[in-house]
Amino acid sequence: MLVVELDGKPTLAELVTGDGRAGDERGSDDAPAIEVVAISAPDALDEYLREHGFGRIAKRLSATGVIDVVGTAAPGIDDIVVLGKIKQLERSGDWDLIVVDGPAAGHAITFLTSASGMLDAIRGGPVRAQATDVLELLRDAERCQVVLVTIPETTPVNEAIETAFALEDQVGVQLGPVIVNGVDLGVEPPDPDDHEVLAALAAGVGPHDVGSHDVGVLLAAARFRRSRRSMERSEIERLAAELPLAQVHLPALGVAGLSAIDIDELASRLVDGADPT
Amino acid sequence: MSAPLLGGALDDASVVVCCGSGGVGKTTTAAVLGLEAARAGRRAVVVTIDPARRLADALGLPGGLADTPTRVELPDVSGELWAMMLDTSAMFESVVRANAGSDEQADRIVENRFYQNIAGTLSGTQEYMASEALHQLHDDPRFDLVVVDTPPSRNALDFLEAPGVLARFLEHRAFRLLMLPARGGLRVLNTAAQPILRAIGKVVGSDVLADAVAFFQAFSGMEVGFRERAEDVMAVLHSPDTRFVLVASPRRDTVTEAVWFADQLVEQGLEVAAAVVNRAHPRFGTGDAAQAADEASRCAADGQAAVAALWANVAELRLVAEREHAELGPLVERLGDAPLLEVPLLDGDVHDLASLAEIGSHLTGPG
Repeated sequence: MLVVELDGKPTLAELVTGDGRAGDERGSDDAPAIEVVAISAPDALDEYLREHGFGRIAKRLSATGVIDVVGTAAPGIDDIVVLGKIKQLERSGDWDLIVVDGPAAGHAITFLTSASGMLDAIRGGPVRAQATDVLELLRDAERCQVVLVTIPETTPVNEAIETAFALEDQVGVQLGPVIVNGVDLGVEPPDPDDHEVLAALAAGVGPHDVGSHDVGVLLAAARFRRSRRSMERSEIERLAAELPLAQVHLPALGVAGLSAIDIDELASRLVDGADPT
Repeated sequence: MSAPLLGGALDDASVVVCCGSGGVGKTTTAAVLGLEAARAGRRAVVVTIDPARRLADALGLPGGLADTPTRVELPDVSGELWAMMLDTSAMFESVVRANAGSDEQADRIVENRFYQNIAGTLSGTQEYMASEALHQLHDDPRFDLVVVDTPPSRNALDFLEAPGVLARFLEHRAFRLLMLPARGGLRVLNTAAQPILRAIGKVVGSDVLADAVAFFQAFSGMEVGFRERAEDVMAVLHSPDTRFVLVASPRRDTVTEAVWFADQLVEQGLEVAAAVVNRAHPRFGTGDAAQAADEASRCAADGQAAVAALWANVAELRLVAEREHAELGPLVERLGDAPLLEVPLLDGDVHDLASLAEIGSHLTGPG
């Protein structure tokens, strides 16, 4: 199992192997079951040039900034070499599954369409061959799937829908289930406008029970939570109506920063959600 | 109107730069700061980068944001609010035209495919054009306050050094090698360069390389103008009238990024005027989560199921708010005397001027 990180943030490695728990929980003396590797575009381009006949002069290419110029001369070459590197990892057969933490919404489309773009722009040579291989990988549903991840709010849902259609039209990649993160899967608080609820509160108002100030707090908190939950529900319904894909909902955890323990919990939810047996 | 915006951190400002990582509500914060400044009598213009459709709707601009400033109708407001969306390639073209020796030179550059790639993909171009827009609007007599929403970035230097990005690109040795293939004085470099160029041509295609050479030649003579312009823009960024506002959300990762951003600003001799933390869970009541949980179990024991459920809800919301608040510690410490303002998570979406004004009410008042 390999996780590929593209934006160079260190968080991912901490989350999947952090807290020193990797050894305890993930198979004692064995090698860690999850490896994390970061791929950066400049490094991938450098490596690519070395492997394509630049050999000894590759260092001077970086030093003189030729690589920047190449990247600008042929936009998308950065993305192609990164995807090419991923394809190479896949071909190596060293991993059962490779998970790539892809770029955010806007860039995801250009990233994944870079291969088809290159085929249109370049008539021959190694970059074209690379683009052909990458496109073959992306279009083979047995080898590759794209999993869209969103949260239940208007703009992220819009972006997920747009990205799904663009990827289907322009790349022809197989889309897996949509993951909806941060969903309030907790208990719905009672309806503050319900007569019985109000009556129960009124019955509780007294010197030793619910103060009148508390009544306001209780009702405001319930309204807030119910309103957020109703907004989430309608965004999830809209997503389902516009994207005919399975959805997996992951809970909003009551934390302000995830740790490896939370990742374990989310992972088991993910497995349950994907295979409801 | 009487309450100071961001605890007075923006008093006498002529430029406000909103910075922070992606997804923290930076664009919305920029719009709200512009709106509040207008309510305080300023003539404010907000420049946004790739705004969500609903922001234009919220501002009452159903046609979407244009690439030139458009006045937002604000009834009963003494100041003015204008908004525009940055069109990177249109802005780049106007910069090229302003610096070109002739229309013919400008046309030659703008039509070149290598130029079009630079305008679209050179890293830092968006930041560069945002800084250009900032400079142009700063000089525009219609406005006395420019609020800029920066592209999401982990690196403060991406924006602070953006004005020089093209000047540096033009000064690349590689660039000169391409530009001077025929001149005698650099023969030694040339002999070294030619095989490299041929090899690159083999990888990316010789027509691509020819475009690059044509671009570099078309640009010749404009480097000095670009460098001087970059220095002007830098001067605005470093002016005491320019204020940097950090935008974050109350989560460990964005707080870490915000602190790092602040460190980088300080290294550049700049300071953070204020921080805005969006999407903080609101606080319900004065007690803590544990108290609410106690109430919940007490009510449950008394058989008051509905009231117990209401307390349990308060306990859950308070717990999240407490955890979020704990994450803000490093940022509060880093800010020192600069104010930190929390904007609570709204119970719905930002969809009209009233919801923007509601956010604004959390950004005014004592910091």
